[in-house]
Amino acid sequence: MAALYGQLLIGLINGAFYALLSLGLAVIFGMLNIINFAHGAFYMMGAFCAWFLLHRFGLNYWWALALCPLIMGLFGALIERTLLRWISSLDHIYGLLLTFGLALIIQGVFLNEFGSSGMPYGIPHALSGGRNLGFMFLPNYRAWVIGFSIVVCFATWFGIERTRWGAYLRAATENPELVRAFGINVPRMITLTYGFGVALAALAGVMAAPIDQVRPLMGADFIIVVFAVVVVGGMGSIAGSILAGFALGVIEGLTKYFYPEASSTIVFVVMALVLLARPAGLFGRTA
Amino acid sequence: MNRRRLFLTTGLFLAMATSAWAAKLDKSVVIGNLSDQSGLYADLGGPGSTIAAKMAVEDSGLTKQGWRIRVIAADHLNKPDVGANIARKWFDEDKVDAIVDVPNSGVALAVNQVVKEKNGVFLASGAASADLTGKDCTPNTVHWTYDTWMLAHGTGRAIVKSGGKTWFFLTADYAFGKALQKDTTAVIKANGGKVLGAVRHPLNTADFSSYLLQAQASKAQIIGLANAGGDTTNAIKQAHEFGITAGGQKLAALLLFISDVHALGLKVAQGLEFTTTFYWDLNSGTRAFSKRFAARMKSHAMPTMVQAGVYASVLHYLKALKALGGNPHDGAKVVAEMKKLPTDDPLFGKGIIRADGRAVHPAYLWRVKSPSESKYPWDYFHLVSKIPASKAFRPLNQGGCPLVQQ
Amino acid sequence: MSPALGRAKPRLPRLANWSGGLGFALMALALAVLPLTNLVYPYFIMEALCFALFACAFNLLIGYAGLLSFGHAMFLGTGGYLCAQAATAWGLPAGLALSTGTAAAALLGLVVGLLSVRRQGIYFAMITLALAQMVYFFFLQAPFTHGEDGIQGVPQGLLFGLFDLSNQTTLYYATLVVFLAGFLFIVRVIDSPFGEVLKGVRENESRMISLGYKVDRYKLLAFVLSAALAGLAGALKAIVTQSASLTDAHWTTSGDVVLMTLVGGMGTIYGPVVGAFVIVAMQQYLAQFGQWVTVIQGLVFVACVLLFRRGIVGEVARWLRL
Repeated sequence: MAALYGQLLIGLINGAFYALLSLGLAVIFGMLNIINFAHGAFYMMGAFCAWFLLHRFGLNYWWALALCPLIMGLFGALIERTLLRWISSLDHIYGLLLTFGLALIIQGVFLNEFGSSGMPYGIPHALSGGRNLGFMFLPNYRAWVIGFSIVVCFATWFGIERTRWGAYLRAATENPELVRAFGINVPRMITLTYGFGVALAALAGVMAAPIDQVRPLMGADFIIVVFAVVVVGGMGSIAGSILAGFALGVIEGLTKYFYPEASSTIVFVVMALVLLARPAGLFGRTA
Repeated sequence: MNRRRLFLTTGLFLAMATSAWAAKLDKSVVIGNLSDQSGLYADLGGPGSTIAAKMAVEDSGLTKQGWRIRVIAADHLNKPDVGANIARKWFDEDKVDAIVDVPNSGVALAVNQVVKEKNGVFLASGAASADLTGKDCTPNTVHWTYDTWMLAHGTGRAIVKSGGKTWFFLTADYAFGKALQKDTTAVIKANGGKVLGAVRHPLNTADFSSYLLQAQASKAQIIGLANAGGDTTNAIKQAHEFGITAGGQKLAALLLFISDVHALGLKVAQGLEFTTTFYWDLNSGTRAFSKRFAARMKSHAMPTMVQAGVYASVLHYLKALKALGGNPHDGAKVVAEMKKLPTDDPLFGKGIIRADGRAVHPAYLWRVKSPSESKYPWDYFHLVSKIPASKAFRPLNQGGCPLVQQ
Repeated sequence: MSPALGRAKPRLPRLANWSGGLGFALMALALAVLPLTNLVYPYFIMEALCFALFACAFNLLIGYAGLLSFGHAMFLGTGGYLCAQAATAWGLPAGLALSTGTAAAALLGLVVGLLSVRRQGIYFAMITLALAQMVYFFFLQAPFTHGEDGIQGVPQGLLFGLFDLSNQTTLYYATLVVFLAGFLFIVRVIDSPFGEVLKGVRENESRMISLGYKVDRYKLLAFVLSAALAGLAGALKAIVTQSASLTDAHWTTSGDVVLMTLVGGMGTIYGPVVGAFVIVAMQQYLAQFGQWVTVIQGLVFVACVLLFRRGIVGEVARWLRL
C-alpha cells in the first residue's frame, strides 16, 4: 500500500507539470482560437534558454525562471505579429498547420546546432537533496515543482477569470468589434495573450530542464499528450485544463504501476472516453 | 623486327584487355552512409559516421593508387521503409557498393534484406540486433562494433561476478529493449544471480520517477537499464535526483555511448559501469584517430564506438578490395574476402570476421569517472577490465545462422 | 443506400475542376510513361502512388465531407500490416492479401466511424487521434508485428496468378492500375448523389438535417469508404516495399497526409496526388541534406499556409482561369 502512495504522489507531481504545460495551450486556444502546435517547441526553447543563460552568462536557475519566460514571451509576440496575424480569420486548421510547420523549423534548427543528445543542466543547489517521507524519498525539486505549478496555475486562472483585464480579454475573443468600439486595443491584447501563452510554455521548459534532459526533441513527444489534456479539460476552460492535467497525471501514474507499457497511451483512452461522453470535454463550452 | 614487336605488344595488350574484361574488376567504389542524421541517434552515428568513412578512405591509401572512391550520405529518418527505399535506389541507380552504419535495428533489418537481394555489401556498425549475425545473417553482411549479446554478457557478467546478484530491469518496450533484457537475464541466471522484477516503459518516456520508485521498492542491488538514447539519459539523471545510488543501489546502463555521458555531465553519470568496444583515450592509436576526427567535427566531439566502427569496417572493406585487385561489384565475393583476411586497425586492434558475418574484436568494461578524477576534456572513462575477443561475442554455433555449418 | 434527390440527376464523372476526362487521361498517360523516361527511380513513383491514394482517401473525408481526421494513419497501418501478415504468415497471394488489408481497414473504419461521426470539428479530429493512438499501441504490443522491426520480406508473388510482381515493370503497372482504379472510384463517389449530399453536409449540416437527411449515416459511409481506400493504399505499399512497420501507423504519418493534402490543394481532385508526389519527392531527394530535411519541410508548411492556401492545384486552377 505504501508503494501506491508513492506512485500517487508522483502522479500528482507529473500532473502539476502537465497542468502547467497545458495552461499556455489552453490560454491560447481558449482566448485566441489558435491550436498552437508549436507549444512543444516553445517549451524546448525555454529549457534551452535556461541552459544558455547558465552556460554563457553564468546566470543560475532562478534568473532563468524570471528571464526565460520574458524572452520567450517577446518571441511569441513577434511570431503572432508577423505570422499568425495573417490567418486569424481563417479556419482552425490553418493555425494548426502553420504552428506545426513552425515547430518543425524550430526543432530542425536546434537539432542542427546542438545535436540530439542534449545538454547537461543540474538541479539548483537550493533545491537539491530531498526528504524521506517514509513511503518514498521525495526530492526537494519535485516538491518545488508541484508547489510552484499550483501557484502559477491558480494565478493564471484568477487573472483570466476574475480580473478586469481578464474580462476584457474574454470579451475581446467573443466579440472583437464591440470591444474595440469601447476603445480597447484588441490586436495588442491578442499579441500579448499569445506571448503570455508562449511564456507559460517556456516557464514549463525551465522547470523541466533540471529533470528532463535538455534536448531539441524534448517537446515533440509531449505535444499530443498536452493536447489531450486540454481537450479532456475542455477547450476554452482554463480551470478545466488545470484539473485535467492533475487528473491525467494521477491516472498515468497509476497506469505506470499496474500496466506500464500502456502509460503513454492511457491519456488517449481517457480522451476518447471523455469525448464520447461529453463532446466538448469536461468543462468546455459546446462547439 | 618492328613487326614482331608490334605483334608482341598487340598480343600482350589484347591479353591484358581480355583478362581485365573477363575479371570485370575496376577501381571505382561508392560507399553510402545510411544513418540517422537528424533524430535520436544523430550524435552516435549521423554526420560523424560520414566523416569516419571519409577518413578510412583517405587512410587506405587507395586514392593515391588511382582508385576513385566516393562517400555519400543519407538520412533514414528512423523509418524502415525510407531506409530500404534509399538502399534500393543506391544500388539500382547510384552504383553504391557498400552501405555502412545504419543505427536503429528496425531499419538495419530492412536494409539487410535489400542488400542481400542486390548482392551489395552491408557493413553494419550502428545497429544492435544480434539477429544480423543470427537468423537473419546473409553472405553480404558484416556486423561490427557491438550487439545485444555482447552488451548483455560484457556488462552483465562483470557486474554479477563483482557482487551484483539481484537485478531489476527498466526496459524500453521495444524489440531492442526486450532483446537486451532477455540476453542479460540469461547471463545473470547463468552466473548465479536473480532477476527480482522488471518494468517495461514506452519509448521516449520523459519521466522515470514512477519506475525508479518500483526499482527502489524491489531492493534489488542492481537496476539494469535496457534502453538507449534519451530514455537512458533521463533514467540516469532522475535516478541521481531520487538518491538511488545514495540508497545503495547501483545502475547498470546496458547501452551507453560517450555522447550520452557528455550530455549528462560527470556529476550525474559518475560510477556507471558499461561495455563498449572503443574509447578514444584507450591507446595511442585510438587517440591519434580521435584527435583527427574531432578536428573535423563541427561540435569537436570525440568519436563514439559506432563511428569508430564505421572507420574500421570501411578500412577493412577497402583492404579486401585491394587484395582482390579491384572492385568486382559482387558483394558476396568481397565479404568472403573480408572474412579471409584478419582485421587489424589502430582502433579495434586485431580480430577476425567469422562465417556468420560477426566481426570479433576485444571489448572493454568501463566505469565513468567522477568530476575530480577527470583531468582534461572528454576524460570520462576508467578502464575496469578487458574482455578478450574470444569471449566477447556469442559463440558461432549458438546464433542459428544458416551460413554456419552446424 | 440513399433516397435519390429529386432534383439532381446522376451524371457522368466530371473528373475534376478541369475539363472532363482530359485531366485524368493526362495524369494516367504521364504516370504510365514516366518510368520509361528514366527520369525518376520507379520505386519512388510507386511509393508516391501509394501515398497519393492515401491522400485522396483522406481528401474524400476533409475536402468533400468536411471531416478532418487526425488519425488516418491507423488505416494505412492496418491495411499494411494485415496485407503483410496475409502474404507472409497465411501465405495468401497478392490479390487476396490486398483485399484482406482493405477489408480490415474498412472494418476498423466502421468501428471508429460509429464512435466518432457524432462529433464536430476539432473534437472529431481529437477522437480520431485518440483512437489512432490506441490502434498504434495495439500494433506495438501485438506479437505478429514484431514491434519496431516490422514485418519484413513480404513476398510479392503473382497477382491473380498471372502477373509476376517481383518484376519491377509489372509491379509498377500493377500499382498504377490499382491507384487509378481507386482514384476513379473516389471521383465516382464525389460526383454521385451521395457525394452531393456529402458536400451539402460540409456546407451546412443543420440545413441538411432539416431537409430530412440522416446526416450521420452519410458521414459514416464516407468515413468507411475513406478508411477502406486508405487501407488499400497501405496494403499496396506493403507489397511494393515488401514490409510493414510501425511508422505507417504513427501519428506523424497522419500529419504527413494532412500536409500532402494541404500542399496539393484541399477539396480538389488532383490536389492530393500532386501533394503526395511533392512530399515523397522531398523526403527522398532531400535525404542527402540530412539534418535540414525537417527545417525545409517546416518552411514548406509555413509557406503553403501563408501564401499558397489553395495548394498547388488550387492556385494553378485559379491562375488558369484568369
